[in-house]
Amino acid sequence: MVAIDILKETFWSLSANKVRSGLTMLGIVIGIASVITMVSIGQGAQASIASSIQSIGSNLIIVRPGAQRSAGVSGGAGSNTTLTTEDADAIKAEIQNVGAVAPEDSKRAQVTAKGTNTNTQVIGTVPDYATVRTIAMEAGTFISAQAVKSSAKVAVLGSTTRDDLFGAGVNPVGQVIRIKNVDFDVIGVTVAKGGSGFTNPDDSIYIPISSAQHFITGDTFVTSLSVAAVDQSSMVAVQNQTTDLLLKRHNISDPLQADFSLMNQADIIATASSITGTFTMLLASIAGISLLVGGIGIMNMMLTTVTERTREIGLRKAVGIRKLYINLQFLSEAVALTFLGGLIGVGLGWGASVAVTKFAGVATQISTSSILLAFGVSAGVGIIFGFYPARKAAAMSPMEALRYE
Amino acid sequence: MKVILLLIVWNLFLDYCLLLMRMIECKDLKKIYTTGDVQTAALKGVTFSIAKGEFVAIIGPSGSGKSTLMHILGALDNPTSGSYFLDGKEVSKLDDDELSDLRRDKIGFVFQSFNLLPRTTVLRNVMLPLLYSQTSEAEREERARQCLKYAGMEESKFLNLSNQLSGGQMQRVAIARSLINNPAIIFADEPTGNLDTKTSHVVMEAFQELHKKGHTIILITHEAEIAAFASRVMTIRDGLIESDVKK
Repeated sequence: MVAIDILKETFWSLSANKVRSGLTMLGIVIGIASVITMVSIGQGAQASIASSIQSIGSNLIIVRPGAQRSAGVSGGAGSNTTLTTEDADAIKAEIQNVGAVAPEDSKRAQVTAKGTNTNTQVIGTVPDYATVRTIAMEAGTFISAQAVKSSAKVAVLGSTTRDDLFGAGVNPVGQVIRIKNVDFDVIGVTVAKGGSGFTNPDDSIYIPISSAQHFITGDTFVTSLSVAAVDQSSMVAVQNQTTDLLLKRHNISDPLQADFSLMNQADIIATASSITGTFTMLLASIAGISLLVGGIGIMNMMLTTVTERTREIGLRKAVGIRKLYINLQFLSEAVALTFLGGLIGVGLGWGASVAVTKFAGVATQISTSSILLAFGVSAGVGIIFGFYPARKAAAMSPMEALRYE
Repeated sequence: MKVILLLIVWNLFLDYCLLLMRMIECKDLKKIYTTGDVQTAALKGVTFSIAKGEFVAIIGPSGSGKSTLMHILGALDNPTSGSYFLDGKEVSKLDDDELSDLRRDKIGFVFQSFNLLPRTTVLRNVMLPLLYSQTSEAEREERARQCLKYAGMEESKFLNLSNQLSGGQMQRVAIARSLINNPAIIFADEPTGNLDTKTSHVVMEAFQELHKKGHTIILITHEAEIAAFASRVMTIRDGLIESDVKK
């Protein structure tokens, strides 16, 4: 009976004072919604930047040839011809925690197909390349080990290259393209990864490395090695061991004279995430301020209603209602208000995040911790400042409370 | 010898009956308010008793201590010293919850400023003292309707919001609320203070009606005209009883 009375009375009291209830809830709604939206934008940005870096491949170390030196004349970085497929095999065989190694021999070339032509990057590589660079297939298959062994004249097209040669959305598997006057059968198309500039993975053609060396470049060396460590924590060890192994294989004793250089993907990610981290901090502090302002709003509303409510409490005591029930009643009202406002706030924040993604094209990611934090702070403020003055009033003598100004 | 013994027993019996009849018994009630270093004595030692079924008006100018006396009698406030028995119970020795129960079960209060819950229906206002009790919803409403009719409220207004009523109607609602627990005493603190003369008379007639039906009523006022409705008039001045006249 008591519980039902408290719930009914809560409902009546809140609905009888719609403006007061509404204004109190507004503070909670705005506080919570703004925190959730801002944090979701910050985290969304962080996640989208991290994922675009991750899309190059995960835990990647790239080995590039160093400068070729002959009689003190430097040929510039990448011009050396000492990196080979055997180096790749050695890295894979001898170093622990290496997931995959993919050598590549690439060159820009003119490509023709049925009257259309384009100039694109032709990358000779091995099956592991798909693993290392996280390449997914839209149609057909990637280069097989058999194709590499037999120098098969097969090609996998990047999605942009496919669009250029055959038109968007066409499945070119089974068609023939001509690279440097050699016919290649198209066996697959990769899924678009996004990206631009010189190393756009979508604007490329992948062929077996042996075929590239025989028919396209005429090289015996490779232009780079992609080494994927099994996880983030083994990156440093793999990087150091790769350096040592290659120095040994190339008979170089002084590391400063190395004919290759290593680039670590983790370094790029670290830089990028420190930038996005700052960005998230900025948004979170703006959100924190709105939470503070919202909290002060809730506090204000709760405290300004105290005068009217103190008299109400005095009346309730005067007609013989016990202190405990009055306390429970006001606690229940404060909880109901903050939870209702909290739910609306979470809904609104959620909606705003979705709307930002949809209409402004900014990636958002709603985090549970921001919801809990915003909800916790607002609910805490609402309940404390809704309940505490009521508790004080219920402890007064009825006359004192009735006369309260 | 036998006759003397019989007389003693008879006297004791009469005393006992008198004690039973006494609703309120006050002895040397004092109330001192302390504001900072200044002490103000609102009541300087008041002794009286009120029997069951009496209609008493306590009259006095403002600042005489009549409101303070009323609040102590109504268990809304505690005296600084002295003793107060209500229906045989020493009120000053009760704790907060026991005082609440006493107000709920024995006392009905009517205030000068009505003290109705705003934006709340007449019925819900009258049912307020029954909140959190074991009484069922249906019974609460039934009792509220009866009390409202008893206090002379038109049935068509039962679902109106309290702030849409006239002053006289509000006071009727307040009277109905004070009756809901069938109290032993009804206290009215300047019940006509916010009403015009005509409405005042209507409300006072309502109190006279209740008196005739056997309720004990204690009324506070500063108007002799209003006090004239009562059957006993106590005059208070400067914290002391100046006169006590029964009609």
